[in-house]
Amino acid sequence: MANALAAPKAVHIVVREGWCKGCGICVALCPKEVLSLNGSGKVAVVNPDRCVGCGRCEIHCPDFAIGIEVKKQ
Amino acid sequence: MLSQVESHLRSDRFPHIWCPGCGNGIVLSALVRAIEELGCDPDKTVVVSGIGCSSRAAGYLDFNTLHTTHGRALAFATGIKLARPELDVFVLMGDGDATAIGGNHFIHAARRNIDLTAIIFNNSIYGMTGGQYSPLTPPGKRATTAPYGNIERSFDIAELAKGAGATYVARATTYHATMLEKLIMAGAKNKGFSVIEAITACPVGYGRRNKMGNGLQMLLWQKEHAVTVKQAEKMSPEELQDKIIIGELYRGEAPEYTVMYEEIIARAKGKTQ
Repeated sequence: MANALAAPKAVHIVVREGWCKGCGICVALCPKEVLSLNGSGKVAVVNPDRCVGCGRCEIHCPDFAIGIEVKKQ
Repeated sequence: MLSQVESHLRSDRFPHIWCPGCGNGIVLSALVRAIEELGCDPDKTVVVSGIGCSSRAAGYLDFNTLHTTHGRALAFATGIKLARPELDVFVLMGDGDATAIGGNHFIHAARRNIDLTAIIFNNSIYGMTGGQYSPLTPPGKRATTAPYGNIERSFDIAELAKGAGATYVARATTYHATMLEKLIMAGAKNKGFSVIEAITACPVGYGRRNKMGNGLQMLLWQKEHAVTVKQAEKMSPEELQDKIIIGELYRGEAPEYTVMYEEIIARAKGKTQ
């Protein structure tokens, strides 16, 4: 885990806003404050550059609304 | 990763019916990742479910799925496995569906050690019907049918499964989603009856009534109250009282039912010829 968080990688964050129910689990579990809830109470990517691709948001999202694709460099 | 998971979903059915913060989607996600990682052939994968919030899960999956009657998911799954033993059969049930309405099917599937992977979504309540207490509602907790607190002792699903003859028993919470995925994989690989209890949050039917907060707070509650099998070994029964032991809890050896059934067919044919 420590290694996974060490250095930023080329990460693509996929959000499916229509499926998001705004529970805020991803926002709270993100170790790098990448996510936030927008004015409609749905997930929004606010600091994409800080994402380390750990995937905690994806595996804990009850709505299949967020995904992380880590690009191979 | 999401794209791989999505390939096994019936996307046109989304967003799903579960409430905001409900943990059922986290269990479903772990199941899909486990099936993907196991490399199961989607055409030879069957997901059978009973009735209740959690049992709606089968309808969201693009495998061979069967949404059955209340408590009878294991009975249908037993039929499928007997007819087509080569199929990978996963059975999704809620705590009430598995241990109350389907309690007998549950213990007898375990006794037979039939090669099914049962995943029990334990949210401690009957969510869909309005928050009545289930056999998994802990003593003292409130439900619509226990407004002053539940006076019944709850089942321990793992002990029940083990006592009835299951050969793989494990437990994880939705907070420990990766562990849950790995345990489902191990259960699926076990040639026999496997039970994986997934502790999941029902913020609306259970959490709200018991002042446990929203889905996120209930998820963090799981983090605080879960101890691994290894940690639990060093703890006293008093220390373990309000804890949830997670990990692989039991592995046993017993003849598998469909194998025995094939043998009896062969024997019967031998006699008649």
